[in-house]
Amino acid sequence: MPTEHSSAATPEQSAERRARQRWMSILAKAEFSDLDTLWNNLPSKPTWTVVRLPEIGMVMARGRAGGTGQRFNLGEVAVTRCAVQLEFGAVGFGYVMGRNRRHAELAAAVDAMLQTPSRRDALERAIIAPLTLRLDEKRLNRSRKAAATKVEFFTMVRGS
Amino acid sequence: MTDTIDLRPGFADPVIEAQNVFRLVLDAMARPGRIATIPESLQPPSPLSVGAAAICLALADHDTPIWLAPEFRTPSAIAFLKFHCGCPIVDVPANAAFAIANGATVPALDQFAIGDDAWPETSTTVIVQLDDLAVGDGLVLSGPGIETTHRLNARGLRVDVWGEWRANQGLFPCGVDLILVAGNRIAALPRTTTVSEN
Repeated sequence: MPTEHSSAATPEQSAERRARQRWMSILAKAEFSDLDTLWNNLPSKPTWTVVRLPEIGMVMARGRAGGTGQRFNLGEVAVTRCAVQLEFGAVGFGYVMGRNRRHAELAAAVDAMLQTPSRRDALERAIIAPLTLRLDEKRLNRSRKAAATKVEFFTMVRGS
Repeated sequence: MTDTIDLRPGFADPVIEAQNVFRLVLDAMARPGRIATIPESLQPPSPLSVGAAAICLALADHDTPIWLAPEFRTPSAIAFLKFHCGCPIVDVPANAAFAIANGATVPALDQFAIGDDAWPETSTTVIVQLDDLAVGDGLVLSGPGIETTHRLNARGLRVDVWGEWRANQGLFPCGVDLILVAGNRIAALPRTTTVSEN
């Protein structure tokens, strides 16, 4: 099948796509408890129909040795996906690692809501921004822990 | 970016319902002309009938190209099939594993893939949507899976299709198979079934 949509994207479309990639990634990586709490604090929630029920499958995770080497199969991970459609039309997708069906459904619902321009700013503030903060915090913590184990080797330069 | 296509949900319980439909189609193929009733759990986008949509959801995937008659190529029908089945939509009937058409305008049966002697199962299964399907006068069916004869009333089918069906039978073991659909009622006509009009 031709993939005309990927090659002929206008700049606005690719900006849209990048923005969506960003929030979908954050929704997928977020802890479910954080997402659930923020979701429960939302003042107004739309209703949606589940187009594809949350379903659990496996995907092959691949990596590159050292980040630049040959690609290799790291192993399979469980992934849960879901698709929902809001009553006014936007279709949202959620792909999350693990087996939490509710996480996939909430990620899909938030993705659909974020595609609605009138809701986007409020939702960015209420959900995406706090989740980003938590993820950054986690990453910083982890790299701080890793940095504490760093060993510096000094070698005296020997004269000849 | 906002997708305004109305994307209808698929099966509520994909595993159970797809297996159920699979079983119904299997039985329908084994007993040509016998009418099977598919549960009305789907609300497919028009002009897809419940029967045609359920058969696609149960049998089609990324390995089964589907050809749609022009009147079925609506954005919502294409989106529905691509999303739930992941199947490619092809332009040439002869490249399709499944084809969906209306009884009145179904292309000549020799337009579809007939398979070859080594792989006769690679022919097209043509899903034909009709106005009505009932047991009764009309067609007289005989052949494997039918003890003596079976009567089927298939309303809304192009009249000259049975001449093409006889030619199709001459191709055995190759040839297309038909699944007649009216709403949620389906009846199968495998290539071995002899049809005479009465």
